[in-house]
Parts: sequence; C-alpha cells; structure tokens
Amino acid sequence: MGTIQPNISEPVSEELLLVQAAKRGDVAAYEQLVRRYDRNVFRIANHITKNREDAEDVVQDAFLKAYENLAKFQEQSKFYTWLVRIAVNEALMKLRKRRPERTVSLDEDIKTEDDSVPREVADWSPNPEQMYSQSELREILTKTVQGLPAGFRTVFVLRDMEGLSTEETAEALDLSIPAVKSRLLRARLQLRERLSRYFQKRASGDGEK
Amino acid sequence: MKCSEFLTELTSYLDGALDETTKVELESHLSWCHNCYVVCDTTKKTIEIYRDSNLYELPEDLRDKLRNAIVQRCSERDKPSP
Repeated sequence: MGTIQPNISEPVSEELLLVQAAKRGDVAAYEQLVRRYDRNVFRIANHITKNREDAEDVVQDAFLKAYENLAKFQEQSKFYTWLVRIAVNEALMKLRKRRPERTVSLDEDIKTEDDSVPREVADWSPNPEQMYSQSELREILTKTVQGLPAGFRTVFVLRDMEGLSTEETAEALDLSIPAVKSRLLRARLQLRERLSRYFQKRASGDGEK
Repeated sequence: MKCSEFLTELTSYLDGALDETTKVELESHLSWCHNCYVVCDTTKKTIEIYRDSNLYELPEDLRDKLRNAIVQRCSERDKPSP
C-alpha cells in the first residue's frame, strides 16, 4: 500500500528575495507573496472559524499583521510557516470574539469517546465519488471535519490538506512534534470512522445522509 | 505486531516515515489482518478525499477584492519597522 506525501514544495530562494524586498517597503513584492498564499490562508481560516466572513477578515488581518511585522521574520524558517502561525492566531481570536462564553484554544484537551479503536471496518465500495453528487460529498466532508475538536481539526488541515510537514505544523501551532503526531493520528482515525459511517449507510441503501 | 501497535504506527506508515524494519513488520501484519488492512486503506482514502476536495476555494472576484484591500492597507503604512 502506497504512502502519502505532502504536496507543497516551494522554491525558497525566490521567495526570500520577495520577502527581503517587502521588508524594504516594496508593496508590489509583498503582493506577490499575498498571491502565493491567499488561498491557503483563506482555507485555513475557514476551517478554524467555520464562517466565511470571518475567514475573509482573517485573510486581510493576517497579511497586514505579517507585513507590519516582517522585520521580525527570521529568515531561517519558511515565510509560509510563519504566515500560517499568524493566520491561525488571528482565526482563533475571531472565534474567541464570536464565542466569548467559551475559551477557544488549540490545547483544549479533548475528551471524546475512545476514538482510537476503529469500529467501522468495512471497505468503501463503491467509491464515494460515484455514490454522491459533488455538492453532497462536499457537504459531508465539511460537516465531518467541522465536527472535530479545533485542536485536531487544525493539525489535520495543516498537515493533510495544506501540505505542511510535521515539523512545520509543530512550529506554526507551537506544539511539540509528538503532540502533532498524536493529534494527526486521532484526527485521521476519527474522520475515517465518521466518513465510513456515512458511506456504509448509503451503500447499504439506508438513504440517510 | 499486534493490531494496537499497527494503529500507533499508522500515521508514520502513511507518511512514509517508518524505518524499514517496522515497515516490513507492519506490511506483514496487513497481509493477514483484514480489519487492519481496511482501516489502513480507508484512512488513506480519507486523506486523499479531503486533499482533493477543494473545500473553501477562494473565488477569483473575492480574491481580487481581498488582495486590493491588503495592498491598499499596506501602502498606507510605513515600511515594516524593525
């Protein structure tokens, strides 16, 4: 069975030139960096805030904050990792403003049913892409990932959807590498379990979504 | 390798981050343990389906609007201060 590799590999040196130009106040160079990563920041912000308008604000605030603090960016790490860290913090601040009654933290630990033991062990057959329309499938995937605790969801989004390495994810979220690995495993298993339940119902003719 | 040990190593296996000895043990376990094989296979499919899902794509018109606003706000500021 094959393995799955992260899918981002950016030419770092060209990017560093843009960062250095932006540090000297070259807004056109900074615009290039915005173009490079605005989609990623929008997706990450949406996953954390679960709200599109908040995600739009996060994109603007994160890029502005990054610009204002560029001088503090240490060039031995990747600009993208540094930017993600700022964006995650901005997104968490949005969440806290919207839900002041609840403390929102990526460290909230996370009492759930014992999710490490797989229960659904039937294979997906036929393929989910053939079982659902595109929009139905997106709705299921959105609902399922949004059901994860924020600390798991964010690790899954950065590692498996945005292609950061384990080390970069740890840096962006200020977590230890073992914490990233353990949350990623639990996030993957919980998502697998929930998707399996959906796909089994449809395959068995239950019809319920 | 027991099923519980397989679960512990699953993420590293899917990421291609296992040492050769553990990988061989894990694949040997998968060759006879059907449940673990299905868990491994459907976890891999879960990751792939999310990676290909294009959730929350940024529409081009909104993208232009946000980028213009960012550039505008950056231009109004002095260059990044040390």
